[in-house]
Amino acid sequence: MRDGLTLSENIEEYLEILYKLSTQGQRVSTSRISESLKISPASVTQMLKKLAEIGYVEYSPYKGAVLTDNGIKVAKKITRKHRLLERFLCDVLKIKKDKIHQQACEMEHTLSDDAERALCHLLELPSKCPGDNVIPECDLKFTSCEECLMQKEEDLEEVGKRNQNLVSIVDLKEHNKGKVSFIRGDYKVIRRLLDMGITIGAIISVLKVAPLCGPVEVAVRGSKLALGHDIASNVFVEAVDGEGC
Amino acid sequence: MDINTGQRKMEKNKNLKNLTIALAGNANVGKSVIFNELTGSNQIVGNWPGKTIERAEGKLYFNGYNINIIDLPGIYSFSTFSMEEIVSREYIALEKPDIVVNVVDAAVLERNLFFTMQLIEMEVPLIVCVNQIDIAMQKGILIDTDKLQAALGVPVVATVAVRGEGLHELMETAVNYAENKIKSGRNRIEYGHEVENRLKILSSLMASKKLDLKYPYRWISIKLLENDPEIIKLVVNTSEEVVQKSRQLAREIEEIHNEPIFSIIASERYALANMITAGAQVQSEIKTTFSERLDRLATDKVWGYLISASVIGGLLLWTFVVGNFFSSLLTEAFGFFQPVDPQISGPLVAIIWNGAIGGLVAGITLIIPFVIPFYLMLSAIENSGILTRVAFMMDTAMHKIGLHGKALIPLILGYGCNVPAIDSTRILETRRERLLAAFAITFAPCAARTIVILGLVAVFVNVWWALALYVIDLLIIFALGRIALKIVPGESTGLIMEMHTFKLPKLHIIAKQTWSRTKSLIYLVLPIYIFGTAFVQVLYVIGVLEPISNALAPLTVWWLGLPVVAGVLLIFGAVRKEFILLMLVAFYGTNLALFLTPVQFIVLALVAMLYLPCASTIAVLAREFGWKSAGVITAANFTTAIILGGIAFRLLSLVY
Repeated sequence: MRDGLTLSENIEEYLEILYKLSTQGQRVSTSRISESLKISPASVTQMLKKLAEIGYVEYSPYKGAVLTDNGIKVAKKITRKHRLLERFLCDVLKIKKDKIHQQACEMEHTLSDDAERALCHLLELPSKCPGDNVIPECDLKFTSCEECLMQKEEDLEEVGKRNQNLVSIVDLKEHNKGKVSFIRGDYKVIRRLLDMGITIGAIISVLKVAPLCGPVEVAVRGSKLALGHDIASNVFVEAVDGEGC
Repeated sequence: MDINTGQRKMEKNKNLKNLTIALAGNANVGKSVIFNELTGSNQIVGNWPGKTIERAEGKLYFNGYNINIIDLPGIYSFSTFSMEEIVSREYIALEKPDIVVNVVDAAVLERNLFFTMQLIEMEVPLIVCVNQIDIAMQKGILIDTDKLQAALGVPVVATVAVRGEGLHELMETAVNYAENKIKSGRNRIEYGHEVENRLKILSSLMASKKLDLKYPYRWISIKLLENDPEIIKLVVNTSEEVVQKSRQLAREIEEIHNEPIFSIIASERYALANMITAGAQVQSEIKTTFSERLDRLATDKVWGYLISASVIGGLLLWTFVVGNFFSSLLTEAFGFFQPVDPQISGPLVAIIWNGAIGGLVAGITLIIPFVIPFYLMLSAIENSGILTRVAFMMDTAMHKIGLHGKALIPLILGYGCNVPAIDSTRILETRRERLLAAFAITFAPCAARTIVILGLVAVFVNVWWALALYVIDLLIIFALGRIALKIVPGESTGLIMEMHTFKLPKLHIIAKQTWSRTKSLIYLVLPIYIFGTAFVQVLYVIGVLEPISNALAPLTVWWLGLPVVAGVLLIFGAVRKEFILLMLVAFYGTNLALFLTPVQFIVLALVAMLYLPCASTIAVLAREFGWKSAGVITAANFTTAIILGGIAFRLLSLVY
């Protein structure tokens, strides 16, 4: 890891790596973090304890750390900025792929929220970074990208931020439910989803996730639909408690 | 129960009144079954003018009426501007059928009513046909048609189309409706106040201007608010003011709801559909049906793949085994047919015998035995609902060549015969996907190519090289699929597919479907076989083939390392690939090893496998995608074959 990071930058780097390493809310061991960041396990443990104090992670020795809701929020934000920047460096500035990661790492900490939104519009609402990882959704209080584009003039303070963390339906476990809160992507995809009953506020439950990043089968309004992985990863829900469909 | 038989006698009666009924509704709700049950064999299946969307039209004589029935494509809404939607919308609004029958799936009422709402908004004379009430009942869903009728304000009829139940009543209702014996109810679905009030403002603005727009004002108002580009285009020419007013009103609604307008309207429509469904539907207990248990198995991480593989493998095996069996039976039956030598028999006999009759025999012995069993099984698979599960499991793999899971089916079919395979690309949504799949299919070694590969390479070189050719072919399909993906403009649409309930397919429905498909294929292919083969014979007899093959010599002899005669073979093969082998035998006798080297066998088989789709395939490509696309695909095949053939010749010469 680079030297000369401020404390908050350092925290952001930890949260980012924790977000990347933990899939579906699994614990991440100290040794994996230490390998990924190339920092000694002792320092990692120390930092994790600090993060736990702030309330970003839950940490227990020997088991590792897991992000709290608050931690996920910050981690998503920084990861989103990182991956948006990678897209920008790659697509607009045409910088070689092996250099973009480092550059994005350095820029992400200073990117303002306004710049983040403008970048997202400029890049035409990307959902994946050049390395094919999903760019987390933004934290603005919109129900679709179309709405964000329509209200370009409106200030971020007026728009407001979401209180709850959203989950994409590909990350929902089988038989879990959610309330559709945000659909990312262009007009046509949203229209198709709306027509099939996936409207904002609709309750959707995941029936099956096909292996190998395959499609997701969901139940909505009494019908069963298969959504391709790319489309499903752009449908975000607020998790709702309760099992079954 | 059969409506047709009783009424057919009236056919000759000249005093029949005419009535046009359009069937509209979501995909796979049983529209086509109703259509087939009503019209029997009395139907014309073609395309909508200028579009490759199937247009099925049929006739029925009922209670003194000559009823013309149109089966519209299955759609979910009138909003995404797909070709199917535009065709349906324009037909309903502009050609004004006397009655629109909206077929809805009783088991998925809410989602189906979303479309019903839009038909009600179009203010068409509507009858709602709640179909598949038996399947709904199995799931514990009971529908009170009286309540539904009251809520929607249009006549509602319950049916089980696969058993013909309720269809008589449906037609009676349609006739009564047409004779104004039934008055439609309020026929209006009200949105929330914020939307409804603004719709009124917009409609009365249009009414005050007396705009002539062919569609009802209220419907136009909804579409304008929804920001529908087609309708905006329509209105902006007559009145800019209306469009501007609608923008302003839409913005007001957006400010209230904090959501884009199209999303608000969709949500409100669904909220209404939900309310109506809740009022008319009783869900007794949630039953886990056998179909659902089967569904769980079919999408299981292990079983799912096994089931998918056996569906695909089974279809292939069935087609090959049954097809081969009948093909060899028919070949034996037509055993009297042997090509004659034009030098002995004279030119006219050669043209008629070798050409026309030979073409007919080849058509009967090669196409029909493979196509009929294949279509039978395909219909069964399609109607059962298992196809959607296969598509679900195979989606990831197919994404690599820009297609989604469903495209696997046509591709596999290509191994039997390219022609029905390209025909079946219609199961895909967009033209781009259909084109990409069709392109990949033209490289799939069909039965005729298999004959050439086996006859040349397996017999005269060895089986391993024959197998190697198959593997090479698979690699080529994959590589070219990826290249085509980059070249063909447009983005891949992701998979959004309804997972239908499993059904036991009905035999008579499968038989009907198979017959109508086979019929349309025979009409296309047989003439090509007959005239194509006769035409090549003419060329042969008048002696232009030799100069042509001499002219092709630089390509065939220098670049591909084949004998001069290869030019003739490839010209013959353009009509029917297996001709390459047959002509070679006709020229050299059965022991070809005396005349060709192993390298030449392999290169000839490779080139024969790839160089051109056969004439029938080109014809079906042109029918589906137009001559330009057919030409580009053909050119791509030819180029690939020649380049690879030349490289193979040079590499293989090092080995042998």
